[in-house]
Amino acid sequence: MSAILSLAWKSLMNRKGSVLLTLLAVALSVALFLGVDKARTGAREGFGNTISGTELIVGAPTGSVNLLLYSVFRMGSATAEVSWPTYQEIAARPDVDWAVPISLGDSHRGFRVMGTTPDYFDHYKYGRNQDLLLAQGEQFEDLFEAVIGADVARELNYTLGSPMILSHGLGQADFGSGHENRPFRVVGILAPTGTPVDQTVHVSLEAITAIHVGWETGAKNPLADNITEETIRSFDLTPKTVTAIFLGLKRRGTILTTRREINTNRGEPLMAIIPSQALAELWSVTAIAERALLAVSIFVIAVGVVSILTSILTSLNERRREMSILRAVGARPGHIFALLVLEAGLVGFLGAALGILLIHVLLAVVGPLVSAHYGISLIGTGPGPTDIYTLLAVTGAALLAGAIPAWMAFRRSLADGLSIRL
Amino acid sequence: MAEPVVSISDLRFAWTTGEDVLDIAAFRLEAGERLFLRGASGSGKSTLLGIIAGVLEAGSGQVNVLGQNLSSLKPAARDRLRADHLGVIFQMFNLVPYLSVVGNVTLPLRFSPQRRAAISGEEDDEARRLLARLGLTDETLLTRRVSDLSVGQQQRVAAARALIGGPEIVIADEPTSALDADARDRFIELLSEEARRTDAALLFVSHDASLASHFDRSVDLGEINRVGVTA
Repeated sequence: MSAILSLAWKSLMNRKGSVLLTLLAVALSVALFLGVDKARTGAREGFGNTISGTELIVGAPTGSVNLLLYSVFRMGSATAEVSWPTYQEIAARPDVDWAVPISLGDSHRGFRVMGTTPDYFDHYKYGRNQDLLLAQGEQFEDLFEAVIGADVARELNYTLGSPMILSHGLGQADFGSGHENRPFRVVGILAPTGTPVDQTVHVSLEAITAIHVGWETGAKNPLADNITEETIRSFDLTPKTVTAIFLGLKRRGTILTTRREINTNRGEPLMAIIPSQALAELWSVTAIAERALLAVSIFVIAVGVVSILTSILTSLNERRREMSILRAVGARPGHIFALLVLEAGLVGFLGAALGILLIHVLLAVVGPLVSAHYGISLIGTGPGPTDIYTLLAVTGAALLAGAIPAWMAFRRSLADGLSIRL
Repeated sequence: MAEPVVSISDLRFAWTTGEDVLDIAAFRLEAGERLFLRGASGSGKSTLLGIIAGVLEAGSGQVNVLGQNLSSLKPAARDRLRADHLGVIFQMFNLVPYLSVVGNVTLPLRFSPQRRAAISGEEDDEARRLLARLGLTDETLLTRRVSDLSVGQQQRVAAARALIGGPEIVIADEPTSALDADARDRFIELLSEEARRTDAALLFVSHDASLASHFDRSVDLGEINRVGVTA
């Protein structure tokens, strides 16, 4: 067999040009497939890592995916809020370890503004229980101070001390609809996390109340701008409502009981969700697109394998004489079969190996950039089991594809005998 | 005298549909004999060679090669017999394009441990020795692509391949038809000299009766084949 393998190798080397093209087709298709797969795994991992350490998220009754979307992903908006007394009630529950309220609804140049308490930075975790870290500056203390996510700082070119004017609602700032009389100052910039935190402007809950003084009717009171900052600071700025509450429990074991009790709360109707469950639910929606993408890339691999088949089939006629020579010197029809199957297998194997190399080099080059910019770690950049399986699968498919021309050559070599008809 | 290396009796052969191509009452190739088989094109000589080489199966009759009855052998055993005991030279395009000159000569050794064992030294050295005997000594020639060789050079490489490992039978099917007269005579001389040296029986087939003088014995296929020449 090794004799045939070396023949197959020499035969391929003799047709370097066309073999190289086929090899490239296979390599690119494999690289595409693995790239999609790695991006997919990375995305899923990143997605699942958006929030951790929080056992329950409480908000007004809505769909669990919806609550997750607006409280964690800052997408869409809450249909109703939770009243402050209810927040206090929940925070005071004996099974609750900590409760962090958040208040959403304003934005700054396309980035969501979130009012919360300083506790948020202690309790909100992402990835494998990673803390939010300040890259620069400090947490907000004063009323009009803001801590911004990494993306906000990068895209708006903000540094410590940059002034910012929040706008009411979620649209772009246009004068008259904004809170331009209540400018904020950037006091802290968070390190990238690869989560929606990067796109969030964090201020205190009181700040949210403060900028809405004079907005009680839902629209801006013409007199609102006349209220001075000093006057506002003298007000009781305790919020009347919050958008959602992140909860940590004293004992994880009570999670289901606590959830049920909150869901069946006798006072204000509430809804509590388990983040990991809601994340899984949300992912199952995106999984369809993800699978479609994967299916497409598998088809691309199939095209690559078919190109191996094509290149061998087209060479078959001109190699008829070669087969007769091999037969004459003692090759059995099985040898002829093996020769062609091995050629296909070699191209498949080398192409897949090249593709794996290609994607890993690419990831090694691009990975650190992506990680630095977006905080997304392209995990599994080392050769993983998927690479091995892909290598084996592509080689196997190529061997199978090679069996078709091999069978044709096998039949011909029986029929041709020693005489070579041209 | 020893047993004949090839003996045929009452051989009949027909392609799947149609009339007999061959009907041979008796044919013998003695050990070490250099036999000239004359046959016009279409006389069935390629078919006969295919049968002797074990690639085609006789319809009926006896074909013995080295004492083995071919029709009683399985295809794989016939392939083995050919690999171990037969060297074949074709009319032209004898060489595998992706192998070197030396690689082409040593090709039969890949399929026959027996012929490999018959070589005392290195395979490549043996190939070079044979090539040198056949007048191919230029080292630069040996490293060239086989497709860059002249037809005469290619045929000599093919002869070296047929002879390597000392097979008992060498079959040459019109090996000189693409050569000019000088090259042709020289080729036949070298081939039969080497065949004699290795004690191989040489079965040389050609339509050109004038070549018969180079050989021990001459047989006209048109005479032994009772089907007759149709072309």
